[in-house]
Amino acid sequence: MPTYIARRLVQALLILLGVSIITFVLLYFLPADPARMVAGRTASKAQVELVRMQLGLDLPVWEQYGRYLWNLLQGDLGRSYLQRTEVTTLIGARLPASLLLMLGAITCELLIGVTLGAMAGLRRGSAADQTLMVAALVFVSTPQFVTALTLLYIFAYWLGWFPIGGYGQFTHLVLPSITLGLLGGGWYARVTRSSVIEVLRQDFIRTARAKGLDRWRIVSVHILPNAALPVIAMIGIDVGYFMSSIVIVESVFGWPGIGQLTWQAIQQIDIPIIMGVTLVSACAYVLGNLLADLVSPLIDPRIKLR
Amino acid sequence: MKRLLASVSIAAMVIAAAPVSTPAFAEAKQGGEMIVTFKDDLATLDPAIGYDWTNWSIIKSIFDGLMDYKPGTTELVPDLAESYDVSPDGLTYTFKLRQGVKFHNGREMTAADVKYSLERTCNPATQSPGAGYYAALKGFDEFQGGSAKELSGVQVVDDHTVKIELSRPDSTLLHLMALNFAFIVPKEAIEESGADFGRSPVGTGAFKLTNWTVGQSITLERNADYFKAGIPKLDKITFQIGQDPVVNLLRLQKGEIDIPGNGIPPAKFTEVMNDPTWKEQVIVADQLHTGYVTMNVNIPPFDKVAVRQAVNMAINKDRIVQVINNRAVPANQPLPPAMPGYDKSFKGYAYDVAGAKAKLKEAGLEGGFETDLYVSNTDPQPRIAQAIQQDLAAIGIKANIKSLDQTNVIAAGGRKDGTPMLWSGGMAWIADFPDPSNFYTAILGCGGAVDGGWNWAWYCNEELDKRAEEANAMTDPAKEEERAVAWGKIFTDLMEDAPWVPIFNEKHYLIHSKRIDGPAGVFADPIHIPVNYDEVYATDAQ
Repeated sequence: MPTYIARRLVQALLILLGVSIITFVLLYFLPADPARMVAGRTASKAQVELVRMQLGLDLPVWEQYGRYLWNLLQGDLGRSYLQRTEVTTLIGARLPASLLLMLGAITCELLIGVTLGAMAGLRRGSAADQTLMVAALVFVSTPQFVTALTLLYIFAYWLGWFPIGGYGQFTHLVLPSITLGLLGGGWYARVTRSSVIEVLRQDFIRTARAKGLDRWRIVSVHILPNAALPVIAMIGIDVGYFMSSIVIVESVFGWPGIGQLTWQAIQQIDIPIIMGVTLVSACAYVLGNLLADLVSPLIDPRIKLR
Repeated sequence: MKRLLASVSIAAMVIAAAPVSTPAFAEAKQGGEMIVTFKDDLATLDPAIGYDWTNWSIIKSIFDGLMDYKPGTTELVPDLAESYDVSPDGLTYTFKLRQGVKFHNGREMTAADVKYSLERTCNPATQSPGAGYYAALKGFDEFQGGSAKELSGVQVVDDHTVKIELSRPDSTLLHLMALNFAFIVPKEAIEESGADFGRSPVGTGAFKLTNWTVGQSITLERNADYFKAGIPKLDKITFQIGQDPVVNLLRLQKGEIDIPGNGIPPAKFTEVMNDPTWKEQVIVADQLHTGYVTMNVNIPPFDKVAVRQAVNMAINKDRIVQVINNRAVPANQPLPPAMPGYDKSFKGYAYDVAGAKAKLKEAGLEGGFETDLYVSNTDPQPRIAQAIQQDLAAIGIKANIKSLDQTNVIAAGGRKDGTPMLWSGGMAWIADFPDPSNFYTAILGCGGAVDGGWNWAWYCNEELDKRAEEANAMTDPAKEEERAVAWGKIFTDLMEDAPWVPIFNEKHYLIHSKRIDGPAGVFADPIHIPVNYDEVYATDAQ
């Protein structure tokens, strides 16, 4: 097990290195000129060149990357071109919010998705199954913006049960978590349903039924744990996704997560921030998947990690 | 002999008019607070660096410059300077500083701070986006190039007198002293916070920063020692960051916030304007803005004047204004109507499809041609581009819309062969200060027609450049009118060459809660967007 984890961590580092190289090179080849943006619209050519030199943007791409990597190894993600602040400060300020929302969202996804999926799977082909699956499809296909605004309008603006966005208290967390829970829950429901149907076909379920176990016990002890594996793999992927790709939900609810920082930085070609958040979300993907892999054998002893 | 006239009369006017613009305002009690929201993070509150429409006005409330504008107008008045005079050759400005003005850290501001602040902005290490404005200061090139340790054009005469010398006459100097980049900062605070001064600003202004929670909120509190009596009115302003404009409008309607800084989102505009309770809370103001289509004079067939004129005649500006819910007025010249020098009598090119076709025929292109139109990809810019595309199709020009991220559109405009046509919406041009020269040098002059420049038409007319230089050298305040006319003529003459199609002048729409109010013009200030924070008062504190 320790060797397994060590090997996976080395792999993770290689993946991050690859991600950093690809992102860096892609940003280098963008036509937009960061030196121009920093120097402002009144700058003369000489001034722009001076800024370019100060930012090290006049160096060949491999040398720029070398410098970046060297600083990165010392924990320095650089300074934002336009906000003129350490990228670590900017990301650090937003990371707790992102993690909290991730926790809330995954909880909601599981509650909504696994419940609906299991109910549908157990009553396969029934009217309930079909209704639930249509509902799941609707949740998945509704744009984030619509779900978020609808929930906000009804429960915060109209009924006044929750604040209209913000951050800091539990009540702030509820609506954005439910929004993401509905969106992701749709996927989870579909995966859980097929997984449950798959398990239902197994011999041990027939045995359990034959020996007269009560229905609830069959579902909770025999079906759900066995149907959980694909769901856990999905959570692993979600961890990365929530780190940078939920800008719309963050913006509707005024949630100070990393997604907003990413979006602003991309619009302004603020390369140090783009690099920083890309690495953070890549880290989250890699770690999320690693955790999912580590959890799997605990649920299904047949899985051996090598 | 030095001229003192202007400074004396203007200084007198300040005393009479500036802090007490209306009796109601003078009587308004201090107290209360307001909440303003912005969608995006505020980048920095460093006056030498901040250059976004969001932080621009906030910086004005934390810092002051030698000059300022009379609230609600574009009229220059001395601010940290008590008075100034200009030498007859227009090359030397002497500013007498106001005494007893204190920074937020308690230290008194002196002439040395003025020199330090200007040098800091011009120092390449600061990477100020406004440094280029101060190129006329004597010794600027040597200082920027590193061959001089100080900016010789700024001299401390005594603790309360600063002399600024220019290498060429520049009639915009007083505007430049009112610009954020020339605001006065205390050296010790900058040495203490280093590159993070923008997060912990210390100035002389009406408000001081008391809290900045990155990505969430910024709090300003009243500077009780502010040198203008009775200002500011509010005890506290909180800026909340990061929420969608649609949601912020809901929060306004619910009474949670006072000003949604991003205004009324296009999708909600009609709804708000038809709502009897909220309609009254909307204020419409002129901006120093013109939206235009550039035609790159290097790329055929736009190298032909007749083609550029044809495009000018083909575009139905009234219809484009309708596309954005009439939040603008059609334009016929580069200058916006609120700018000195705007020529009311100028007619420009009227919408005339037959005339446009005739012009194309004159250029030998009666069969039309195919071209590209670059546009920023945020609403409503692509819809405006589509309207332009349809108008061009009517005279046989097939324009392919290239809708890209704005940084890439700007980059395309800045390359000599980057794009034949570009719609400036969302990117250009709002003047930094109310002087017509600000609409010429970078965007229509030869100096801007360089790689990475903002003259996206790549128009370079040396004769007009010379006239611009002459107009800028008219530093005598008595000739202000004459200078404005000279500038206006430069822009209308330039329209004969038609490097641009001026489309419209956008108006600023502001909506605010009933809890806050201010003197006439406070919500329509041409210099402060969305509002002049120093002047707003809380109705519940009265």
